[in-house]
Amino acid sequence: MLPDNHTMTLEAFADTIVPGEKRSPDDRAIAGAAAGDGAVVAGAVALLLTPAAGVAEGLESLMNMLDNHAREYARERGVELDGSVPPFVSLPFEDRTNLVARLVAPGHPEKDGWVALALFSNMAFDTGAHMPTHEAIAAGHPGLTAMKFANPDADGLWRFPAYSYRRQLSALHPHTTPSGSPE
Amino acid sequence: MTSTESTDVLIVGSGFGGAIAAYHLAAGGAKVVVLERGPWLEGKDFEHDFLLGSSYTRIFDFVVGDGMSLLGGNCVGGGSVVYFAAMPRAPRFVFERKGGIGRRMWPGAISRDTLDPWYDKVSEALPVTKQDWNDVSYAGGLFAAACNHAGRTANPVPVAIDKALCTNCNWMMAGCRFDAKRSLLLNYLPAAVANGAQIRPMHEVQKLVRTEDGGYRVSYNVIHDVDYRVAVDSGQIDAKIVILAAGAGATPVILQRSADTLGEMPDAVGKYFSGNGERLNTAVIDEDKARDLLGLSREDGLSYAANQIGKGPVVASWDDLDGSLPEHSRFSLEQLYFPPGFGTILAQVPDATGPTWFGTEKKELVEQWQSWLTIFSMTEDDNEGVFGTPPPTGNAYRISQQMLGRGPITYRPTANTLFGWEQSDAEVKRIMEKDGLSKVMPWTNDVVGAYTVHPLASCRIGDDPATSALDDRHELRGHPGIFVTDGSAVPGALTVNPALTIAALAERAMPGIVQALRERGVDVTYGAPSPDGETNGRKGVAAQVRSLARD
Repeated sequence: MLPDNHTMTLEAFADTIVPGEKRSPDDRAIAGAAAGDGAVVAGAVALLLTPAAGVAEGLESLMNMLDNHAREYARERGVELDGSVPPFVSLPFEDRTNLVARLVAPGHPEKDGWVALALFSNMAFDTGAHMPTHEAIAAGHPGLTAMKFANPDADGLWRFPAYSYRRQLSALHPHTTPSGSPE
Repeated sequence: MTSTESTDVLIVGSGFGGAIAAYHLAAGGAKVVVLERGPWLEGKDFEHDFLLGSSYTRIFDFVVGDGMSLLGGNCVGGGSVVYFAAMPRAPRFVFERKGGIGRRMWPGAISRDTLDPWYDKVSEALPVTKQDWNDVSYAGGLFAAACNHAGRTANPVPVAIDKALCTNCNWMMAGCRFDAKRSLLLNYLPAAVANGAQIRPMHEVQKLVRTEDGGYRVSYNVIHDVDYRVAVDSGQIDAKIVILAAGAGATPVILQRSADTLGEMPDAVGKYFSGNGERLNTAVIDEDKARDLLGLSREDGLSYAANQIGKGPVVASWDDLDGSLPEHSRFSLEQLYFPPGFGTILAQVPDATGPTWFGTEKKELVEQWQSWLTIFSMTEDDNEGVFGTPPPTGNAYRISQQMLGRGPITYRPTANTLFGWEQSDAEVKRIMEKDGLSKVMPWTNDVVGAYTVHPLASCRIGDDPATSALDDRHELRGHPGIFVTDGSAVPGALTVNPALTIAALAERAMPGIVQALRERGVDVTYGAPSPDGETNGRKGVAAQVRSLARD
C-alpha cells in the first residue's frame, strides 16, 4: 500500500501516460483529458504494486522525486500549486505532460525509472496484466474493450476459424527458390 | 569431501544452438547435460493470458540496454518456443558482406551454396514448410496487396508451423498451446532426451573455470520458480567440452565473467553485436481504402480490422534483397504481429501535436488497434553493439520477478545503420501510405533504445582472429573445448529472420564438436538421422562432414 498522497501522484502519472475520464467530479488525480477510462481505471496502481512487477519498493521515493520535479517545474513556469493535493497532481494536464516528457527523454539521468512507470502504466491499459485476461475481458476492462480485443472461446482460448482472404494478392518475387526462400 | 558431478558435454542453453547439439551428441553416444536458465513448459502449460506470472512472462526475456533492448526466450526450447517460426534462408549476398572490417565477415568455408545442405537438414527436422495464400492471415494478405499496389512483389514465408493444428490465435509469443508451432519441444529436444541427454531447467550458468585435466568446471545458480531474481541453490559440473548456446545476449556475458579464471578472451567476445538491423513501423489502415483500393473483403463484410488474427509474420517482400546494391541499402520487409504491451508502447502517433508515444493522441491510436498493421524491417546494421561489465549474475540486473531486466549492452547506431533504417522506413511509408491506404510511423527509439528480437554476432565465427571470437568450427579462439553454437556465432545481420541460419550453423558445427570429443577420449560418433528418423538431410551434408571434422 502507498500513502494516499503518493497514490494520487502515481495515478496522476499513469493518467498522463494513458489519460481517462474523471471517476467523479471532484477527482483530482485523473485530469479528465480524454474520453473513456484510462490507465488508472484499467489498474495501473494495482499493477505497479504487484510483487511480480518488481517496482513497488521504489514507488515512494519515485513519487517524492516526481513531486519535487513538479515543484521545480511550477517555479520555472510560474504555475501556482494548490496545496491541498500533491504538487504533481496540482499541475494542469498539459504541464503534467510536459514534465513527464522531460523525465522520459533520452539523456535524463532518472529516465530508467520513469520509463519503467510508463511501461507498466501502458501495460495496465493494453493488457490488464494485474489480473487474468479472461476476467479482465469479462469485467469490461477499459483498455482491452477500447482496443476491441476479441473474446476467447468458452474454454478461455482464442481461435479464429476465419483468418484469410484465401487468394493470391501479389506476384511472387521472381527469384524465389524451390524452398520458398529468397535467392 | 564433496565430489563434483562430471559429464562429457555441458551445454548452456536449450534453444537452437543447445538443442541441436544435445540431440546429435547424445545420439552419438556422449553423456550430455543441458543447463537452461528458464522453466520447462509444454503445450498444455502455455496460457492465453497477459497476467504477470503466466506463461509469457515466465518464458520471455526483455533486457533493456543502453541504446538497444533485446527480446528472447527464457525457457527449455529457447527462442523456438516464443518466436514466430518464420524460416527463410539468408540471401546469397549476405555471406559476402564485409561490414565495417573491410573483408568478408563470414568464414571462407561458408556461403549460401555450402550452407544450403544444412538448411535442408534443419528444414527436414523441424520441419519447415512453404505456405500458400490460403494460409496467409488477413494481415499478411493486406500487406501483400499493399505491396502489389505499390509495384512490389510479396511472398508467403516458409514457416515451422503445422498448418492443420494452427488456430491463428496470435499467442505465439506465450508458447503454442496447440503444438502447431514446431518448436524444439517437438523434435530435437525429445529426441535428445530419448538418447539420454539430461535437461535441467532453472539452472543459470554463471562462470567457467579450466580444470587441470584440460576440461572445464561450470558454475551455476538454481533460479527460484517464480522470482527469477532469487537463487535457491548453486552447484558445479565438470565437462570435457562446453557448448555455449545461451543466446547472443547471454553467451558473451558468461565468457566475460569467466575471463579472470579462463584467461584472456578473444577481443571479439562481447563486441560486434548486431540487432539484425531491425526496425518496426505501425500503419493504421483506412478500412474504406483497404476495400476500395485493394479490393479486400472478409467473409463477415469487414475489409480488414484483423490485427489480432493470425500467426505472426506470414508475408514478406524481398524486392530490396538485391545483391547488386551496396551494403546497408538492402533489406526485407515483413508483416508482423506483436501482442499488446510490447506491441503498443513504442508505436508513435502520425502527425502528433504532442508526445508521440504516450498521452491523449496515443490513446486514440491504440483505440484503432484492430486496424493496425505492423511492418518489420530487417536491414544491415553495422555490428556496433558492445557488452560492458557483466552483472553479478545472469545477463541482466533483473527488475521484475520475471521478464524485465537491465543489461550491459551499449548500442550507438552508426551512419550506415541509420541509413538502412531510413531507407526501409521510407519504403514502408511509400507502400503503406500510397493513395491514402494508411498512416505510418516507425516505432520510437527514444524509450528503450533500438530493439531486436534477433540478437546476433556477439561472439562470432570468422577467419580473422582480430574480429571473430570463434574459428569456422565454432571453437572459441585460445580456449580449446569451448564451442559457441547460438545466434552469437552468426557474423552479422542477415536481412531476414535468422532462426533457420542459426540452426543450420549449429548443425554444421556438430561434426567438429564430435571430433573434439573423440580427441578427448569420448566414444562418440557423428551421423544421427533427423529426430524423426528421416535421412535425406544427412545424405545432403555427407560431402562436407569430413572436412568439418578435421583436426
